[in-house]
This record gives sequence, structure tokens and C-alpha cells, in this order.
Amino acid sequence: MTQPTTAGTPLPVAGSPPVTAGAAQTLLTVNNIEVVYQDVILVLKGVSLTVPKGQIVALLGTNGAGKSTTLKAISGLLSAEEGHVRQGSIIYRGRDIANADPASVVQAGIVQVLEGRRIFKHLTVEENLRVGTITRRDGAVREDMEMVYHYFPRLYERRRQLAGYCSGGEQQMLAIGRALMVRPQLLLLDEPSLGLAPMLVQEIFAIVQRINVEQGTTILLVEQNARVALSVAHSGYIMENGRIVQEGPVEQLKNNPDVKEFYLGLTESGTRKSYRDVKAYRRRKRYM
Amino acid sequence: MDFLLQLLVNGLVIGSVYALAALGFVLIYKASRVLNFAHGDFLALGTFVAFALATSLRLPVIPSIILTLVCFFVLGLVVERVVLRPLIGKEVIAVIMVSVGLSSVIKGIMYLVWGPGYFLFPEFLPDVPIIIGDVYLSPMHLLGLAISAALLGLFSLFFKRSTLGVAMRAVADDQQAALSLGVSVRKIFAVSWGIALVSAVAAGVVVGSITSLSTEGLSAIGILVFPAVIVGGLDSVPGAVVGGLLIGVLENLTAGFIDPLLGVSLRSVVPFIVLVLILMMKPYGLFGTVEIERV
Repeated sequence: MTQPTTAGTPLPVAGSPPVTAGAAQTLLTVNNIEVVYQDVILVLKGVSLTVPKGQIVALLGTNGAGKSTTLKAISGLLSAEEGHVRQGSIIYRGRDIANADPASVVQAGIVQVLEGRRIFKHLTVEENLRVGTITRRDGAVREDMEMVYHYFPRLYERRRQLAGYCSGGEQQMLAIGRALMVRPQLLLLDEPSLGLAPMLVQEIFAIVQRINVEQGTTILLVEQNARVALSVAHSGYIMENGRIVQEGPVEQLKNNPDVKEFYLGLTESGTRKSYRDVKAYRRRKRYM
Repeated sequence: MDFLLQLLVNGLVIGSVYALAALGFVLIYKASRVLNFAHGDFLALGTFVAFALATSLRLPVIPSIILTLVCFFVLGLVVERVVLRPLIGKEVIAVIMVSVGLSSVIKGIMYLVWGPGYFLFPEFLPDVPIIIGDVYLSPMHLLGLAISAALLGLFSLFFKRSTLGVAMRAVADDQQAALSLGVSVRKIFAVSWGIALVSAVAAGVVVGSITSLSTEGLSAIGILVFPAVIVGGLDSVPGAVVGGLLIGVLENLTAGFIDPLLGVSLRSVVPFIVLVLILMMKPYGLFGTVEIERV
């Protein structure tokens, strides 16, 4: 397992800035993909991104920017929604997985946690976790279940309950835990903060960060909550209208004046801006 | 009193068979939201195939039944692959109409091969009545009850304990989420068709051994499965069991108490009257899925 920070790279220098894309070993490369739904609706207009092994990469942007579509293009779930990758390639460990069957993508080690939790309501918490093991051929399922309970002790308390009766936070934990049962190399997280109280968002992101460090799981994180996403990520991309408009290491993104304005709601001086001003500014200036 | 007890026991035996037949129907509905109108016809076809193996090919009865069950599991996979998979993503009503068409085709084949007559399944149990208290039971009744109970138990264990069984329930719950975890939804559909046909044929063979074989009589069980399943709730396995037992008991009680009074046979009508009454009070059936809502 590679370490998420500088440890796995060839020439680690103490106190060097976080490793950027390209320096670490690349796990996933998305090359200029175009995605269409129902053969006519063009949603992604040439998206490229790189996910280095062992890192957390954030994909930010507003509603309808194409973040979820990007994740579904990688996991192969587009096919269930009458969409497909029309151009470009998605290279995962040397293999093009664009338009691959979702089950084979999961077997290759990529699993997507869908937006809005989507737990199996009429199954118990433990049965939800078991569904995650369907592609596994090894017998280490027990150990992995313990591992999930170790990260999410609350799920252990609720393991015999119907998942539908768990709280929103517990359901999000279950959705992540269920995905971990696949033993993924690459975890695609779609809006884990959706509809959760700020305290819970902090708690879940802290666990996500621990999973990244301790399990060496690479994470591609889609979020609207830019502040919390940038607090855990190593590098980030910003999408608008089906294109990547900004990219770079987290420190660089955090200091970018446009990102500050649009996504963090700060002025040049770093003070918080009124939401109304942000909106007005947004209306005037857009990435086209 | 003895008469009532006898009717109840007979009703439970035949009801357990309906439950078994209903299970397959529920399974397909749960996995793919398809109402399989050909269920009764598959049941009849399977029973006739087992009959043909035992009589024309002169195989022993029990191996020919087992062979038929295996063949029908495979047939389920084939039907799913050839007839239903091209329709994935189409309207559910299209798939339902295909099942209506399948029903006619299978019925036609059975009339061509076996005609409309009645046949008797070869006896494979001694016809010595077993008398418990005041209740009379034939060995076949007991065996039928045992087979149904064993298969129902086996299936519920499968859904509770095996990963594939749990995944089948997961697909019924949220197909896309199951897909995202690497569950092959196609495989699940295929397996549910396989299991559904096995349960149908097992039920058909039991009924055929207790009464007689006829194309019309056996495929009519497909119609009786509807009240059993709808009473229990379309998507509930325990509901199918309770619904099946209820319909079986009602049929027998009607035949025993009401028919002699009126001089006409109402046994096949009463289940549907009960169906209407229950649906008026509980539109989702007795055990139908209640949407889980958190407040």
C-alpha cells in the first residue's frame, strides 16, 4: 500500500510541498472524454483529470457542472442511464475502462458511492455490507467487516437494524462502509456531505481522511462544499458546464482569487463575503 | 368438527403448494417488477415434462422429477436471456405482454403434445391412509406438505444467509446502488427466473400427484397464484406463503360448507371475492412493502 503523502515518491524531501499530479504514480487518467446521454445531450465536453495513487483528489463545481457524470463515466454506471463515453479514454492501471461493464470496473478495484446515500432500506446494516462482497472471491470478508466497524463504530451498534431506519449520517457512513467492503483501490465519493449537519460532515470527512492514510485507498471526491473538500484533498479540479476550468494542488486552489470568490465566498483580504454579493458577481462573470 | 378439521388440513396442504408456486411469481416481481402471466403455464409444462419422463421414457419417478427441476432452472435462465433481456430498459408493460404471449405459446404446445385430457402421475408412494386423530391424510398429502415446507424454508434461508440471496434483495431495493457495488443485475434476473421456474414445477408436480394432470387444471394454478400473491402483497415472500395458505384453506372450506348448500361450485370464485375485500381494506396487501420514511 502506498502512503498518501510524499513517502511513496522517488525523491522525498523533508518539508517539501505536497506532491502534485504527475510526480506520484498515476492510478487513473481521464483523457479528454465527451459524454452524451441518449445520443444527443452532450454533458461532458472534453474532461481530463489525473488521480495519483494514494491521494485524495477533489472535483468541485456547482449543480449541473458534470461532476457526477464524470464519476459515472469512470464507474461505468452511465450505461444504466442511457449515457456513454463518446470520445476520449479512461485509463486505469494501463487499461481503458471507458464504457466498461460496471461489475468489471468494481472487480478491477473502483467503486462509486452514489450521491444521496442510496442504502438498501429493507436490508439490515450488516446485509448492506454483505452486498459489497459480491465480487469478492477471497474469504477475508469477516476481517473487512471488522475494519468497517472499526472506522464506523455506530454501524456496529446498528448492525441488526433495517438500514432504512438509520439516521442520515449513519446511512452515509453505511454507504461508504459498504463500498469499502469491495476493497477498492479507488473510491469515488459523490457528495458525502449532502444533507448532513456540519458536525457530521466534519466527522465523516475525518474518517475519509483516515481511510485514505491508513488503508492507502485513493479517493476521487466530488463535492459542492468546497471548503471541507479542500481541507482533506491533496489536489483539486474545478468544473463548470462540462469542462475543467481550474486545476492544481490544494494550496494553489485555495489562494486562487476566483476560487476564493466563487467557491469559498471570501474577498481578496480573506474576510467572508455576503452571499448576495457572491451571487451577483457570479452572474456577471462566468467561465465559458 | 372433524369435517372442519379435515377441510383445514386439506386446505393447508394445497395452500402450501400455492405458496410455493406464488414464491416464484413474487421473486420475478421483486427483482424486475414484471408480472409473469406465463407462470401457471410453466408450472403445467414442467409437470407434464416430469410425467413424460416417468411414463414415456420409463425413468423412475423421483429422478425424473429432479431432472425436470434441473432442466427448468436452466430453462429459466434461457427464457431470461432470450426473451427478456432484449427488453431490459423497455416499458414494464411490454415485458408483461411478452409473458402473456409466452403463456399462449406454452399452452398451445401442451395441447399439441398432450391434448386436453386428464392423466395420472405414476404412484410412487403406497396408498395407505395415515390417520391422525380424526383426520385422514394420504402419504402424498404429507409428502407434498413436507416438500413445500422444505423448499420454502430453503429459499428463505437462501435469501437471508447467502450473499447472492442478499444481493437479490438488494437489487429489488435499489437497482443502481446494487450495480454500483458490482452486482450483476442481469445475473440476478436470470437466477430469479431459474428459481421461479423450479418453485413452479415443484408445486406442479405435488398438485399433479395429489390430484391429476391436465393442461387446463394445472395452468389455472397460475390464476390462483394472483389472489395468493396480491393478498400477501406483491413483493413479500412471507406474504406469498400466508396468501397461499389462506387461499388453499378458503377453497376447501367453500367446497365443504358452501357448495353443498347452494348446489353450485363456488370454490374457485371465493378466493377472488376475498381478494377484492382485502384489497379494499389494504391496497398493498397484508404484507406489501411499506415505504420506510424517516421523520
